[in-house]
Amino acid sequence: MELAHGSVLYLDGVTVSFDGFRALNELSFIVEPGEMRAIIGPNGAGKTTMMDVITGKTTPDHGDIFFNGEIDLTKLDEADIAQLGIGRKFQKPTVFESQSVFDNLELSLKDDRRVFPVLFSTLSNKQNQRIDELLETIRLTGQRHELAANLSHGQKQWLEIGMLLAQEPKLLLVDEPAAGMTDAETAETAILLKEIAKTKAVVVVEHDMVFVRDLDVKVSVLHEGSILAEGNMDEVSNDERVIEVYLGR
Amino acid sequence: MQRLIKFFLLFAFLALPFMQAAQADELSTFVEQLKEKSTSKKIKTIRAIGAIGASGSERAAPVLEAYLGGKLFQKKTDGTIVIIVKGGEGLLLSDPYSGKSLGTSPKNKYKKIRVNNRLRGVIRSVLGGLQLQHRDRLKRLEAAASMFKSHNPKSIPALQEALKAETDEDVKTRMGEALAAAQLSSTDASAQLSAIKVLEARGDKTALTLLQAAMQKGASTEVKSQAEGAVRRIKKSLAYWEIGQTIFYGLSLGSVLLLAAIGLAITFGVMGVINMAHGEMIMIGAYTTFVVQEVIRTSAPALFDVSLLIALPLAFIIAGSIGVAIERGIIRFLYGRPLETLLATWGISLVLQQAVRSIFGPTNQEVGNPSWMSGSFEVGQLIITNNRLWIMVFALAVLFTLMAVLKYTSFGLRMRAVTQNRAMAGSMGIRTGWVDALTFGLGSGVAGIAGVALSQIDNVSPNLGQAYIVDSFMVVVFGGVGNLWGTLVGAVSLGVLNKFLEPAVGAVLGKILVLVLIILFIQKRPRGLFAQKGRAVEQ
Amino acid sequence: MRNSFLIKTLDKNSVLFLTLLAIIAVIVPVANLVMPPQSPFHLSTYWVVLLGKYLCYALLALSVDLVWGYAGILTLGHGAFFALGGYAMGMYLMRQIGARGVYGNPDLPDFMVFLNWSELPWFWSGFDMFPFAMLMVLFVPGLLAFAFGWFAFRSRVTGVYLSIITQALTYALMLAFFRNNMGFGGNNGLTDFKDILGFNLQSDATRSGLFVATVVALMLAFLISRAIIKSRFGKVLIGVRDAESRTRFLGYRVENYKLFVWTISAMIAGVAGALYVPQVGIINPSEFAPANSIETVIWVAVGGRGTLIGAAFGAVLVNFAKTWFTGALPELWLFALGALFIFTTIFLPKGILGLLARKPKKPRKSKSGKQPDQQSTQPAE
Repeated sequence: MELAHGSVLYLDGVTVSFDGFRALNELSFIVEPGEMRAIIGPNGAGKTTMMDVITGKTTPDHGDIFFNGEIDLTKLDEADIAQLGIGRKFQKPTVFESQSVFDNLELSLKDDRRVFPVLFSTLSNKQNQRIDELLETIRLTGQRHELAANLSHGQKQWLEIGMLLAQEPKLLLVDEPAAGMTDAETAETAILLKEIAKTKAVVVVEHDMVFVRDLDVKVSVLHEGSILAEGNMDEVSNDERVIEVYLGR
Repeated sequence: MQRLIKFFLLFAFLALPFMQAAQADELSTFVEQLKEKSTSKKIKTIRAIGAIGASGSERAAPVLEAYLGGKLFQKKTDGTIVIIVKGGEGLLLSDPYSGKSLGTSPKNKYKKIRVNNRLRGVIRSVLGGLQLQHRDRLKRLEAAASMFKSHNPKSIPALQEALKAETDEDVKTRMGEALAAAQLSSTDASAQLSAIKVLEARGDKTALTLLQAAMQKGASTEVKSQAEGAVRRIKKSLAYWEIGQTIFYGLSLGSVLLLAAIGLAITFGVMGVINMAHGEMIMIGAYTTFVVQEVIRTSAPALFDVSLLIALPLAFIIAGSIGVAIERGIIRFLYGRPLETLLATWGISLVLQQAVRSIFGPTNQEVGNPSWMSGSFEVGQLIITNNRLWIMVFALAVLFTLMAVLKYTSFGLRMRAVTQNRAMAGSMGIRTGWVDALTFGLGSGVAGIAGVALSQIDNVSPNLGQAYIVDSFMVVVFGGVGNLWGTLVGAVSLGVLNKFLEPAVGAVLGKILVLVLIILFIQKRPRGLFAQKGRAVEQ
Repeated sequence: MRNSFLIKTLDKNSVLFLTLLAIIAVIVPVANLVMPPQSPFHLSTYWVVLLGKYLCYALLALSVDLVWGYAGILTLGHGAFFALGGYAMGMYLMRQIGARGVYGNPDLPDFMVFLNWSELPWFWSGFDMFPFAMLMVLFVPGLLAFAFGWFAFRSRVTGVYLSIITQALTYALMLAFFRNNMGFGGNNGLTDFKDILGFNLQSDATRSGLFVATVVALMLAFLISRAIIKSRFGKVLIGVRDAESRTRFLGYRVENYKLFVWTISAMIAGVAGALYVPQVGIINPSEFAPANSIETVIWVAVGGRGTLIGAAFGAVLVNFAKTWFTGALPELWLFALGALFIFTTIFLPKGILGLLARKPKKPRKSKSGKQPDQQSTQPAE
C-alpha cells in the first residue's frame, strides 16, 4: 500500500490459476504516471490473463492490484474499472462492426454510462467536435459514416485505439496493437502510441520486437506468469535467462 | 394315520359335529351337503367345508379348490356332483372323488353349486390349513402368507402343528409370523407377548398394523406397552426403509434422465451443437422397438423376450444414420452460429414428429415388456421392480461404454482432437468433417438406444421426445457441459431431488421447484457442477 | 435534434409501415360494419377476428425482435409474458361475467364454484376494475421479466444457456398453470367471457373496436421500440449484441441495459396477450407451451431479425400460411413449419426484409467459420 502510493498501476504478488495451471504466479510490477511500458513474453506467459485481472474480467486468487495508488481493482468489475479510466484494447481488433465509425466513437465518449441518461442523451456540440478531433487523430475522417465492418484490419486497430482515447482514460492497456499490420502501419502505430503516452500511462503487450524497439521504452519480460527481467530493450535482450526462454537459445 | 390325527386337531373347531362320521366315504357325504339349500344352509355348508378339510382325503383340496373356483356342478336330473372345466369344444367332466375324467357333456345338463364371499373366506382358510402341510414348498409359503393375512386365532393349533413338521427355514419364519399374527389376535397375554417380538422382527407395514391394533386392545397393560414400543421401533425403521425406497425411485428417475441426456452430452456437451431434435431421436428409438415387436408378434412370437436386444442395434443404426444425415445436410452449415442451429434443429424435430405421426398415427403405440423386464422382488422392505432395475443397469452400461469409446478407440481420439483444436486436427490429416458427422451420429444413435429402454416405461407416441428435451438439457447443463461424469451426477442428483420433493409438495410442484432450482443454479454457476475452467472456455 | 426525439427516429420504411397500419385500422372496421354483407367490399367478422389475432402475434413478434434482434438475447420463453398478460386480461373478463355464469355466483368464476372454493383468492381481487387489470397486464410480465433478468444477466448467462433457461421458465409456468389449485382455471383456463367495459364481446362493433385497439397498440409499440433503438441506448444495445465484452470495457454495465430492454419487451408481449384474449375468447395454459415461444422466434427470423417491421410482417405471413395450411392440408403444416425453420436459418439469415433491402449488405465473412469465438465478426449470432 505504501509502495503503491504515487503509482498509476501497482500489482503485487498476483496469482491466478486455472485447474491447477498457474497463469499468473506472484506477478508484481509498477507503472508510474505518464510511463509507457512494453511487456513481452512467449505464448502462454500470462499476458492476456494479466490484462484480464487488471480490467476486472478475472479475479485473482490472491495478490493486490491498485489503481492510482489507492483504488483496489480486485473488488471492482469491468464496467467500474473502465469508468475509473482504464482503457483496454484487445489483441483481435474489437469494434462494433455493424455500426458506423462515428457511432463507435460516440459510444466510447466519456459520458454518463447509466441506463436512463444514455436513453435520453443527445450529442452536444462539444462532443461532436471531440469526435471530429478523434477522427483526425486516428486518420479516419473520410470513413466517418462507413460501417466499421468495412474497414481494413489496420483501420480497425486504429478505430479501437480511437475508442480508447474517446474514453479519456488515465491508463491504457494495449494488447498487440501491431498484430496483422503492414510495416508502414506498424511504424505509424508506434508514433501514435508515443503521442498518446505523452499524456497517459500506457502498457503495451507485444510480440513484435521491431515494434517494441521502435517504442523505445522500459520493457518487462513475462515468463510463466511472473516478471523475468526488466530494463530497456538492449539490457533485456542481453539477459541470459531471457535469451534462453524467449529470444532463442 | 398320523396325518389323519393332525387334521383332526387342525379342524376340531369346524369339524366337531362330524368327528364321529370320519370314515372312508365321508368325503362324499360332506360334499353332498354342499348342495343343500335349506335356510340353515350357511351354517351347514360351513360345517361341511370344515369337515371336508378334516376328512384327510387326498381329494379334499382339489374339491375345495373347484368349489372355490365355481367349478363344482350337480347334474340337474340326479344331483350327481362333478367338477367341470371348459374344454376345447364342450365341458370336460371329472369325478370329484377320484379325479378321473368323465368325458364331455353339453352345458345345460348341469347346475353350478353356488358359492358366496363368506363361504370363499372359509374355504380359503380351510385350504390354507390343508396347504400348510403340502409337499410343495411354494404352496406352504402361500398358505402361511394367507394365514398371516387372516390372523385368525383359530388357526393357531394348525400352525403349531405345521411348524413342528416344517424343515425349511424360510417357511418356518413365515409360519412363525403367521402364528404370531394369530396369537396377537387371541386373548392369551403371554402368547401375545411372544408374538409382539416375532412381529417386530418382521417389521413391515402389515406387522405395524397388527401391532397398532394390539396397542389398543391387548390382553394386558404389559402387552399394550410392549406393542407400543414395538410400534415405535418399527415406525422408525420403516422411515429409514422409506428413505431407501425414495432413493431407489430417485435413482430410477435419474437413470431415465441419464439415458435421455447421454446422447445430448455428446452432441451438445462435446460438439457444442444445440440439437433440439434430440428428443425425436429418442422417439425414433422407441418406434424402432415398436416395429421390431410388431414383426416378432406376427412372424416369430417365440423371439418376443429378445425383442429389445434386436431393437437395440437397429435403433442405434437408424437414429445414428438420421443423425449423420442431419449433420451433413443441415448442421454443418451452421457451425459457429449456435442460436441458428437451435432454430434449425427445432425445425427438424417438427418434421420428424409429423413424419412419425403420418406413418404411425397420433395415438400411443403398444410396446410390451419382455418377461424378464416385468415383475418385482423385495429386499428387506424395499420393493425393486425389474424394469426399473434393468434400466438403471442399462443406463450405466451405455454411459461406461461411451466413455470407453471416447477414451480408448481411435475414433474417440480423433473426436477429442477435433473438439479441442479443429485446425490442428485438420492439418494432422483427420477429416474433421466426417468426425463431426460421426460424432453427431454417435450422439443420435445413443439417443436411439435410450428410446428402446424408455419405450418400456413411457407411452410411445410422436410427442415422446418433447417430454425429454427440457429435462435432458437441464441435466447436461447442470452437470457441466463436456463432462460425462457430470452428466451422471447431474442426472442422479436431479432424479433423487425430484423424488424427495414429490411427497412433500406433489409431483408437478416438485418438478417446477426443481426447474426453478436449476435456473437459479445455472445463474450461480453458468457452466454447471463440473465446469471446465480456464481461458479457453471464456471465448 | 433534441426537440424531435420521436420524429428523428422515423425513416421512410417506418413512415410507410405506420401509414399502412393506420389505413388498415380504418378500412377493416368500415368494410366490416358499414359495407352491407352482399357488397364485394364487405369483410366478414371471421376475418376481422383473424386479422386481429395476427396483429397480436405481430406485436408479440415485435417484442421478441426487440431483445433478439437488438440485444442478441434469443428468448424461447416470450410466450410466458404473452400468456401472463392474457391471463391478467382474462381475469378481468372473468370478473365481468358476474352472476351470468353457469352457477350464477356473483363473485366466484364458475371453475372456483366447481372446485368448491368459498371465496375469491387474494390475487383475484381488484381484477374487477379495468384500470387495475390493465396495470397488471404490464406489471406482472414486467415483474417476472425483471426478476428473471436480474438474476440471469447479472450472472452473465448468455447465448444458448440463456435460451434454454427461458424455455425452462415458460415450461415451469405451463406446469404450474395446469394445476387446478393455482386458481387460474387449471387445464381449461379462463373462457366464456361475456363483455369488456360493458360492450358485448360477441358483437361486431366490439370486435372491430378490439381490432383498432390492437393496431394502435402495435403502432405505439413500434414507435417506442424505434425510439429506444435509435437512441444512444440502442447503439449500446447493438454493441452488446455484437461485442459484449467491448461494451463492458467501455464502461457500460451491460446487465442493466439488457434488463431494461428485456423488461420493456416483456411488457409489450403482455399487452399483446391482453389484446389476444378477448378476441379469441379463451386463455389456457397451453399458451405457455415452449413450442409456441419458439414458433414466435421463427416469425421474426422469417420477416427479418433486427428490423421490427420485418418481425411484424413475418408474424402475419407465417400465421396466414398456418391458417391456410391447417384448413387445406393439415397433415402438411408441421412439415412446412419445420422446413421453414431450416430454410430460413440456412438460406435467409436476414429474413425477407433483408432480401428485399436494396443495398446488399456485405456477405458473411467466411464459410470455414467453425470456431465458436467468432462473435465479434458474426453479428448474426
